[in-house]
Amino acid sequence: MHEMSLAEGIVQLVEDAVRVDGCARVRAVWLEIGQLAAVEKESLRFCFDAVTRDTIADGARLEIIETPGQGWCMKCEGNVAVAALYDACPVCGSYQIQVTGGDAMRVKELEVE
Amino acid sequence: MCTTCGCGSGQTLIGGHQLKPRRKPGVPVQYRAPAPLPNPLPQAGEGANDSLREIVNIGAAHDHIHAPMDFGAGPAGAHAPGLSQARMVRIERDILSKNDAYADENRSYLTNHGIFALNLVSSPGSGKTTLLVKSINALNGSLPLAVIEGDQQTDNDAARIRATGAPALQINTGKGCHLDAHMVGQAMQQLDLQDDSLLLIENVGNLVCPASFDLGEAHKVAILSVTEGEDKPLKYPDMFRAADLMLLNKCDLLPYLDFDADLAVENARRVNPEIQVIRVSATTGVGMEAWLEWIRAGCLSTVAAKRP
Repeated sequence: MHEMSLAEGIVQLVEDAVRVDGCARVRAVWLEIGQLAAVEKESLRFCFDAVTRDTIADGARLEIIETPGQGWCMKCEGNVAVAALYDACPVCGSYQIQVTGGDAMRVKELEVE
Repeated sequence: MCTTCGCGSGQTLIGGHQLKPRRKPGVPVQYRAPAPLPNPLPQAGEGANDSLREIVNIGAAHDHIHAPMDFGAGPAGAHAPGLSQARMVRIERDILSKNDAYADENRSYLTNHGIFALNLVSSPGSGKTTLLVKSINALNGSLPLAVIEGDQQTDNDAARIRATGAPALQINTGKGCHLDAHMVGQAMQQLDLQDDSLLLIENVGNLVCPASFDLGEAHKVAILSVTEGEDKPLKYPDMFRAADLMLLNKCDLLPYLDFDADLAVENARRVNPEIQVIRVSATTGVGMEAWLEWIRAGCLSTVAAKRP
C-alpha cells in the first residue's frame, strides 16, 4: 500500500518541477528504481495512474528504468551483483554483504510540452 | 481515500484531530471546484507552492468533481494544440525526498534537544505495546519519556501507555499503512517533549511499508516474536535491513514451540550483517535489563552529542 504514498511523492516532485519550468503538460515521467528498492513496480504504476488524475501529469506515461542491485562482499572484498537482499555472494556464498547500489528510488526526468 | 481517484490522506488523525495539511502558514486552504473552476496551476509567487497538493490532500473534505483542466491557463500560457513541444526536464530527486526533508527536521530537533528517538516496527501482534508498557514500568520514572502510537484506528494503545503515567499521543493513519515524518513532526509538536529524554514511536504493525519511511529517529528497532516464523527476516528483508536492533520477543514461550531462535538470528544477519539482537520476554522480564541498558546507553550518547 505504500506505493500510493510513493506515487503521491512523485506527483509532488513533478508539480514542483513544473512550477519552475512553467510547461503546460507532462507527457511522461521517468523513474529510476533500484532492483533492491522496497517498491513493487506494477503496484506503483496502478497508484500513479490514480494519483495523477486531474493533476498536471494526468495521463502521463510512467517509464521505469530498473537499476541493478550491487553489494560489497566483506569476505571477497569485492563488488558483487545482488539480486535480492537475502541472497548470498555469488562468488563465495557468504551473506556478509553490504548493499552499495540499486536501492534508490528517483524521479529522473520529465517529458513535457 | 477517495475511491474515484485514489487521492487523499484526510483520514489521518493525531490524538483524534485532523492532520494539518502540508502547507505554508498563512496560505488559505483551497477546496476543490468552487464555481467557476480555479486555475489548475498555482500562480508563481510566495505562498502558492502547495496549493495544488492541498486540493488532493484535503481528502475527506473535498467533493469529487473531477473537472477537466485548462492547460492553456497555466503560468506559461502557451499550450498549442497539435504542435508538439515535447522536451525533457531533468529532476533527479529521490521519490521520498519530501518525507526525508520532514525527517531531517525532526532529527535535527531531536538531536539538538538531546532526545533519543526509537521507531519500533514489527508485524501486528508481536507484542510491541506490551513491551513498551513493561519497559516504561521498569524504567520507573528514571528517564523522562514520551510515546507516539501509530495505528490505523482506535486510541487503545495510547490509552494503555497513558495508564503507566507516561505521556502518549495516538496517530490514526486511517487507510495509511505506515507513519510518515510529517505526521510524527506534528505529533512531536503536540507532545511536550522534554530535553534529554526518550521518545518511543510505535509504528503501525506492518513489516513492509514502515521500512521506507524515515521518521527522524535514531534507530529502527524491529521486534520479532517467537510465535512467528524464523524466516520472517527473509520474507520481509527491507525491514530487517533498515533496523539496527532486533528484539526477539516472547522468548518465555520457546520451550513450547518449534521455533529455532538461532536460525531466526542467522536469517536476520543474512539480510543485515550489522544487526544487533537482544532476546527478551516482556511477560517474564527475561532479557529486559539488556534492552533497557541499550536504551540508557543511547540516551547518554544522544545527550553527550547535543550541541551546547
